[in-house]
Amino acid sequence: MSAVEKSLDYTAGEMMTVTAARALENGMTCFVGIGLPSEAANLARLTHAPDVVLIYESGTLQTKPEVLPLSIGDGELCETALTTVSVPEMFRYWLQGGKIDVGFLGTAQIDRYCNLNTTLIGDYTSPKVRLPGGGGAPEIATNAGEVFITLKHSRRTFVDEVDFVTTLGFGRDGKARDGVPNIGRGPTRVITDLCVMKPDPETKELVVVSLHPGVTAEQVQEATGWEIRFAEALESTPEPGARELEVLRELKDRTARAHAGQ
Amino acid sequence: MAEILSLHDAVSRYVEDGATVAMEGFTHLIPFAAGHELIRQGKRDLTLIRMTPDLVYDQLIGAGCAKKVIFSWGGNPGVGSLHRLRDAVEKGWPHQVEILEHSHAAMACAFEAGAAGLPLAVLRGYVGSELPNVNDQIKFIECPFTGERLAAVPSVRPDVSIVHAQKADRAGNVLVEGIVGVQKEAVLAARHSIVTVEEIVDDLDTHPNACVIPGWAIDAISVAEKGSLPSYAHGYYPRDNHFYKEWDTIARDRDTFTKWIDDNVMNAGGNA
Repeated sequence: MSAVEKSLDYTAGEMMTVTAARALENGMTCFVGIGLPSEAANLARLTHAPDVVLIYESGTLQTKPEVLPLSIGDGELCETALTTVSVPEMFRYWLQGGKIDVGFLGTAQIDRYCNLNTTLIGDYTSPKVRLPGGGGAPEIATNAGEVFITLKHSRRTFVDEVDFVTTLGFGRDGKARDGVPNIGRGPTRVITDLCVMKPDPETKELVVVSLHPGVTAEQVQEATGWEIRFAEALESTPEPGARELEVLRELKDRTARAHAGQ
Repeated sequence: MAEILSLHDAVSRYVEDGATVAMEGFTHLIPFAAGHELIRQGKRDLTLIRMTPDLVYDQLIGAGCAKKVIFSWGGNPGVGSLHRLRDAVEKGWPHQVEILEHSHAAMACAFEAGAAGLPLAVLRGYVGSELPNVNDQIKFIECPFTGERLAAVPSVRPDVSIVHAQKADRAGNVLVEGIVGVQKEAVLAARHSIVTVEEIVDDLDTHPNACVIPGWAIDAISVAEKGSLPSYAHGYYPRDNHFYKEWDTIARDRDTFTKWIDDNVMNAGGNA
């Protein structure tokens, strides 16, 4: 696998965000997780997808934040939303009711079948590290039409077996969605700072479909806790464009200024 | 009919040791002043319910008020861990705290079911999650009409719910604006309720579909100006994001935490 020369100056993190943003199509309704998914979803809205509908679990519907929120319920999300509904309405009518095309999630751990762990590291009754827990993710992952996942690639995050399945990918055997009625397709792509992966249509095991410019297959394997598969027609992820980078950097600068000013 | 009481008297009258207490506010309008009053009054053995424990329950847990915490996302939003919650769960300081964890959807439905007077909430939830393995309050039932397998959780019926809102009128009717979370559901689901407000006004100056909780559905109203800081009150003051970041350092260490509670809660007097 030959490394591709980078033509523009950008970081691996920017590459990840831009690639994640490009996954969102204009006009989609997206249930957005805080952090990396929120950054990517707003970049999409500010570039190629001005009519993407962003929905946060705090009840803010069709929101257009000027700066990225620190929390899922920042005032900015409410002030720039079309409307704000109660949290029960958000989960029952909008998510469970089938109005969401894509759920955009981050995670602490992920395995080959896209199961997500945000509950703990170690044993449940005596955890080594207690993580925040499920939040909205368990139902976002099953009630949204499909799920995009974005996180940094490392052996700490890409593990052979998650310590706990907080949120369903395809189950520990890859078959947990089979025959379950009225749920979404589940994860359809995983975007990291190294590559893009998609579940195999049959086995649901994650397969690397494109490497970011300058990244080698060996690097991806090194950062993955199992023997990861690569697509036969392995592609090179398109580089970020100048405008995408400019918009992303402005968004992050605005955000830093806004949060520092408080 | 809501009685207008000092926060001290409202908490003293309605929150007993061993009570099940829900203090709601989804990131917004978190009732910090009331939480501090619970700490000052040395409440013990509380079962604390909140979708997002946030700093307010981190403080109550670290101060030794909690016996059990029922929640669905226990982090410091945008910052990281709740160190007092973690210290209690991982190392049993200041004592072991039992936890029962749900997903947001389930808890939101459970509050709604509580407000609706139902014993349980039904949702299309927990599919493939291992949370039902560690929480015996999550069951599955079959829809009697379609046969679909659905999740069921008991409704939330707290002894006392405490929420913060922008304003009340003199009859105790409350207006909640902005991100309304599950505050209305929490009040209606509880046996008793306390609402702290930024101010009491002559006229709520509201509109037909606003989130208004009638005074006759509330037990006590207490004025607590800036009562949700470092959370925020839409239209009054912004979230103190800086403090949320600072809390990470304060709460990480038992001694700095205890000193912070002494300086800012125990010796702060409250607004009794």
